[in-house]
Amino acid sequence: MAELTKEAHELTVSLDWRERHVSTIRMLRLYARTFARNGSAMLGLGLVLLFLTTAAIGPYFVPFPDDATGSVHIERKLQPPDAVHWFGTDEVGNDVFTRVIVGARVTLQIACIITGVAMLIGIPLGMIAGYMGGWVQEVIMRITDVFLSVPGLMLAIAIVGALGPGIVNAMVALSLVWWPGYVRLVQAKTLSLKNEIYVDAARSMGAGSLRIVFVHLLPNCTSPIIVKASMDMGMAILGAASLGFLGLGAQPPFPEWGAMISVARTYLPDWWWYSFFPGTAIVITVLGFNLLGDGLRDILDPKHRE
Amino acid sequence: MIRFTFKRLMLMVLMLLGLLAITFTISHIVPADPAALAAGPDANVEMIERYRVEYGLDRPLAEQFLVYLGKLLSGDWGKSIHTTRPVWDDLVTYFPNTVELVVFSIAIAVLFGIPLGIVAAVNQNRPIDHVIRVLTVTGVAMPMFWLGLMAQLFFALKLGWFPLGGRIEMMTDPPQAITHLLLVDALLNGHFGTFVDALHHMVLPAVALCFPALASIIRVNRAEMLETLKQDYIVNARAQGLSTFRIVAVYALRNAMLPTMAMIGLRFGWMLGGTVLIETVFDWPGIGLYAVQAAISSDFEPIMGATIVLGFFFMLTNLLIDMIYGTLDPRVREQV
Repeated sequence: MAELTKEAHELTVSLDWRERHVSTIRMLRLYARTFARNGSAMLGLGLVLLFLTTAAIGPYFVPFPDDATGSVHIERKLQPPDAVHWFGTDEVGNDVFTRVIVGARVTLQIACIITGVAMLIGIPLGMIAGYMGGWVQEVIMRITDVFLSVPGLMLAIAIVGALGPGIVNAMVALSLVWWPGYVRLVQAKTLSLKNEIYVDAARSMGAGSLRIVFVHLLPNCTSPIIVKASMDMGMAILGAASLGFLGLGAQPPFPEWGAMISVARTYLPDWWWYSFFPGTAIVITVLGFNLLGDGLRDILDPKHRE
Repeated sequence: MIRFTFKRLMLMVLMLLGLLAITFTISHIVPADPAALAAGPDANVEMIERYRVEYGLDRPLAEQFLVYLGKLLSGDWGKSIHTTRPVWDDLVTYFPNTVELVVFSIAIAVLFGIPLGIVAAVNQNRPIDHVIRVLTVTGVAMPMFWLGLMAQLFFALKLGWFPLGGRIEMMTDPPQAITHLLLVDALLNGHFGTFVDALHHMVLPAVALCFPALASIIRVNRAEMLETLKQDYIVNARAQGLSTFRIVAVYALRNAMLPTMAMIGLRFGWMLGGTVLIETVFDWPGIGLYAVQAAISSDFEPIMGATIVLGFFFMLTNLLIDMIYGTLDPRVREQV
């Protein structure tokens, strides 16, 4: 018996990396091909990459770096788009192009934090609820239901109302209304997986609950989580921009797209560029994440393939 | 069905209690010291203590929560610093405007969403399907408030087709309040001019508000129609020589409607949240604008009032959808 295992072990070792992972490679290649053939998914990927690149290196290349932090150049206020100021200037003479580019980094940070916190709260709770069942599940799911029973934006406004307006409080509020979605998703998935034979097998070999949940169940929940996270990045951007617009999130002159539009709306219609370009930036970014999410769902969830 | 309804109702009561627990937590526990907040910035320790006793903030939390519930039930929802009126009176004034806007908006979304979904499904992968897909994909990605602003810029300021914002013209006398729904009141009083004017003011905000819902309804309806059109009974109907119109409208639509209904309900609820943005853009005197103005000045009681009202109607919508679902599909009844 021992010899047999040893032999099997040597056999595995003698295979090189590519040979050992041949099935994974084949699967990834299939994913890549399916994804590449999907025009809108590729567009989404392109837009998201554009956004990420802008957020990563854009702020180093902007023409007027000081304008992002709210300097004042009254002499060139509210100029229409031209060769120097591609997106025009705002009411204190700041370059709108610079502020939109720097805003990409701000937006990315906000979206990552909101989605990240929501996942950190939601995924463990969902796994516990789904795996434990019984009254634990009952309690967690009812609390989740309560949070889902109020329009998210309204609840976020209520929380910001209590904490006071500001970018950090807005992120806290949005994270607090975002996690229930993950609980629902992960709980449903865990519930359907926990009676699979491989879970029984793991248990019969003496694996503890923690090990079963995190090593055997969680990896099988990743695809829906990835898809939801991609969609949620877009939605979180919309949410943060909405609070900024209402004057409850980022406060001007902080270069956040929603807050920019909130000031810019008072300069409509004559100074249209001031609100037009930040808004377009939001649309393009959210569109990118949505299309990417759709594309990912198509490859990760065969049922959704058309 | 009666048992199902009863269970759902009980669940809703529980959820409502949960919602009140949230608003209670936000207003009584989150601020570091609510008494200091209520007493104002210039208050000394003695005044703060007096406030603490007066508002019962020195008692146990559970007792405070019961007192809070009792107050809400007796119609004492507090007072708005902003409008200096009782919150309950404010809500009665503003909420009907929101209801009108949201109902009108969801009606537009359904009226256009279902036919467009069918057209897209029947013409799968033809140019018209692609046009509709572009519409739905951008519809979901569009920040509603920005769409509203751009609609104002183009249709109100450039073309002058619609008023910029507000509920009715400044000079128009509002009709005598019977239902508090302006459109209904105008009709009941026979003020057709006011009715048309009010409707005219509603078009732009309602269209801007309906876009995400419209997009989702089209999407779901298209997907469900595609699924249904593949079924054997549709092939059979086709083989028997029925017209495409009859197959789609009579045979397929009914089965595709169930998930679409669920989406309509879901989106109606979302609109109750989205209306906050649209009301701010269009200066619409609804509960959303009221809540935002209160939130900016940290005026608690109106925000909590608005949250409770919106949450209650959100739950009511979900309950109705579940009931419709339960009536149409017996399997749903078993699950609860």
